[in-house]
Amino acid sequence: MKFTLNGAEHSIEADGDMPLLWALRDVVGLTGTKFGCGVALCGACTVHVDGAPVRSCQTTVADVEGKSVTTIEGVAGSGEVGQAVVAAWRKLDVVQCGYCQSGQIMSAVGLLSENRKPTDDDIDAAMDGNVCRCATYQRIRAAIHDAAANLA
Amino acid sequence: MHLIKPDHYRKMLAGQLAGQSAGSGEPVAPSRRGFLQGVAAIGGALVIGLHLETGKAFAAAAKDGPMPNAFVRIAPDSTVTVLIKHLDMGQGVTTGLATIVAEELDADWSQMRAAFAPADALLYNNLAFGPVQGTGGSTSVANSWEQLRKAGAAARHMLVAAAAEKWGVPASSITIDKGRLASGSHSGSFGEFAEAAAKLPVPTEVTLKDPKDFRLIGTRLPRLDSADKTDGKAIYALDIRRPGMLTAVLRRPDRFGATLKSFDATAAKKVPGVVEVVAVPNGIAVLATNTWAAIQGREALADIVWDEANAEMRSTPELMTAYKQLATTPGTSAAKRGDAAKGLSGAAKVIEAEFEFPYLAHAPMEPLNCVIEKTGDGVTIWTGSQFQTIEQAVTAGIMGIKLEQVKIETLWAGGSFGRRANPPADYVAEAATILKAIDGRAPVHLVWTREDDIKGGYYRPMFYHKVRAGVTADGKIAGWEQQIVGQSFIVGTPFEAFIVKNGVDGTSVEGASDTNYDIGNFAVDLHTVPSKVPTLWWRSVGHTHTAQAVEVMIDELAHAAGRDPVEFRMELLKDKPRHAAVLKLLAEKANWGPKAGQGKGRGLALHESFDTVVGSVIDVSVVDGQIKVDKVICAVDCGIAINPDVIAAQIEGGVGFGLGAALHDEITLDKGLVEQSNFDGFIPLRMSEMPKVEVHILPSANAPTGIGEPGVPGVAPALSNAIFDATGQRLRSLPFKLEDFKA
Repeated sequence: MKFTLNGAEHSIEADGDMPLLWALRDVVGLTGTKFGCGVALCGACTVHVDGAPVRSCQTTVADVEGKSVTTIEGVAGSGEVGQAVVAAWRKLDVVQCGYCQSGQIMSAVGLLSENRKPTDDDIDAAMDGNVCRCATYQRIRAAIHDAAANLA
Repeated sequence: MHLIKPDHYRKMLAGQLAGQSAGSGEPVAPSRRGFLQGVAAIGGALVIGLHLETGKAFAAAAKDGPMPNAFVRIAPDSTVTVLIKHLDMGQGVTTGLATIVAEELDADWSQMRAAFAPADALLYNNLAFGPVQGTGGSTSVANSWEQLRKAGAAARHMLVAAAAEKWGVPASSITIDKGRLASGSHSGSFGEFAEAAAKLPVPTEVTLKDPKDFRLIGTRLPRLDSADKTDGKAIYALDIRRPGMLTAVLRRPDRFGATLKSFDATAAKKVPGVVEVVAVPNGIAVLATNTWAAIQGREALADIVWDEANAEMRSTPELMTAYKQLATTPGTSAAKRGDAAKGLSGAAKVIEAEFEFPYLAHAPMEPLNCVIEKTGDGVTIWTGSQFQTIEQAVTAGIMGIKLEQVKIETLWAGGSFGRRANPPADYVAEAATILKAIDGRAPVHLVWTREDDIKGGYYRPMFYHKVRAGVTADGKIAGWEQQIVGQSFIVGTPFEAFIVKNGVDGTSVEGASDTNYDIGNFAVDLHTVPSKVPTLWWRSVGHTHTAQAVEVMIDELAHAAGRDPVEFRMELLKDKPRHAAVLKLLAEKANWGPKAGQGKGRGLALHESFDTVVGSVIDVSVVDGQIKVDKVICAVDCGIAINPDVIAAQIEGGVGFGLGAALHDEITLDKGLVEQSNFDGFIPLRMSEMPKVEVHILPSANAPTGIGEPGVPGVAPALSNAIFDATGQRLRSLPFKLEDFKA
């Protein structure tokens, strides 16, 4: 099974039905993408497939054959949006336990890639699928606005 | 958890930690073994540490080597690493504890690092817990405050002494600014003197800074964990990979208290990747080469028969009915002053109110998991460990080895909210039983799925409060009678003998029986009920329910008396200047005054927990018949604010966590079966529901107090009181059943 992972060609031996989440974590060994619920209710496993955010727990290895997958490990190097989002997260000290933040960042990069000046309602719509039990939402919102300002 | 005083732990451990020389209640002298381990770990770098409470013990041990209780490492490249004896589950203690050391050391923040200390109760015990390494009760900064100030000051003293010797100048002439030592024309870095300083004697007495000279404490320093938690590098237990490791998922009974009778693993073993299926005390473990295969293997288990003779078969409405019945009878007295019944008989107005609270899951974002591996003559565990010493003791018991043969690598924890601080060390124990069942052939990574977590128990217990209180004609509280009914997570554990006093589990009544309000005729009774449902503390413990009952009732009484809720409370706090100061600041910052207008409401709560006082004002709007939480304003007195931004983050997060409980969170049972299984049934707060949170910290010269939990208790009552203000409806039970409101 071949696909592009964080800009490099990748080939893995895995059942095509295996969720991309487990293939990334257990087969490839990239553990930045997190398991939170397994049923696309929390967003912790969010990655980009051909630039669009998807829940990797509901995306199979077969789904991404020949496609380009970006994970948290590669997103800051994937372009100015990824860089701006990660920088804003650090500047505002968004993280607490940090476990959901890979997915939060991937969703935020997805939002800002489509919409460079999101309103609070846009942020609600794009980020409501990403759960943070530490409730860092206020800072996530602020960091998205901050990244947007830096990208303008 | 804060009711567990040091003495409890000392006595408990005397029984629990057989084979360990702790438990006498006396400070434990650092062992040579611990010292050697410390040295082996740090190579040639300067290690500074102190056994601060026991200067004599330290001096005696000093002849074995310079520094037996290491908190500070200074490397040749001048980086300063603080060994963190606590778990960082998001509350930011790595940053806070490193700041305390950096301050006394006059280090530059950019040279500071943090590393989790190894599990070693002799070196890294929580001073609030006795000889136990563990995190909880919002004690991390409070118990480390003096210890780390002294460790930092000692390191500074030794660096200065080394520089004085090399430069041939008096130590008193040397200054340190942002990690640079200087005297006259001399100047040098920490790294230049690390090795020489390490050879000097550790001072037994050090002078601490005058707080007015603090340069780092009280400022917004960036978190030490932000970088690694934003690029996928931070390692949680779920990310541990060991050679030959097998991932295990466990099929547990459907009902609490059931045990395994029989099962058929034929199909499970045919799933590609599944390596073994073994029965263990908590169910059936499926081990596979990857997580996906293990989950599929578990689904393929067939013909599972459970023995449910001793299982919990009741439904939660049935339990609540029984609780209510109990509340009509006298309970065990938790507090009694004056004569509540007599006071109420003379009251002008009497209010009777019932408050129901559900079971709650903690649902940390990182599903529970740990890795355990046979290493040398013992085992090594990788986990976000919150009770290291207890996990060591429990694992040692299962494996038939000594506590010190259990090594724990503490990792970042993806949340806890109390779940990882578990007296039976449940998931670590499960992993150990699986490792034992396969004779230690491979490292075992036990992984809980989210369904396992939501259905897995160790919930905040259900509670029921019934309060009868009244006001006199002149607007004073005439009397207060409160019945509290709920399950105890202390009764039946080794903690029972030390925490349950006169039949009252303090964790069930804290925040109510010890209210700070001056109520003359006052009585609180507790009924403790048994159940097979495992329960546990949940961020802010008893305060999760007592604050709601007390603060809503106080609001009701203020309204009954026709008095302003701030002024009413202020009068009841006339002998509590600290609480009154928080309330005063809160009222100022919130611009407390007349009702905001049609369709708007604001409510107030003031509550002390973990020695910290938090006041909360919540503004709501009624929009299309629905409640919208617009803004939350908090005032906090948590002593000296080490890092105001981390404190603000804890309050912001506590507000979100409390709002989730107020609006959504609920675990229910139907004939013993948990009805929720994932985030569709156990509903977390999401971005669109998060209000703006504003945090105001009172200046203080007092030692720091808790901050991880105190943001939670006031949220539900402040919201309840705001909804009343907006709609005239009293929502007392959690989660609030928000129906259509008319503004």
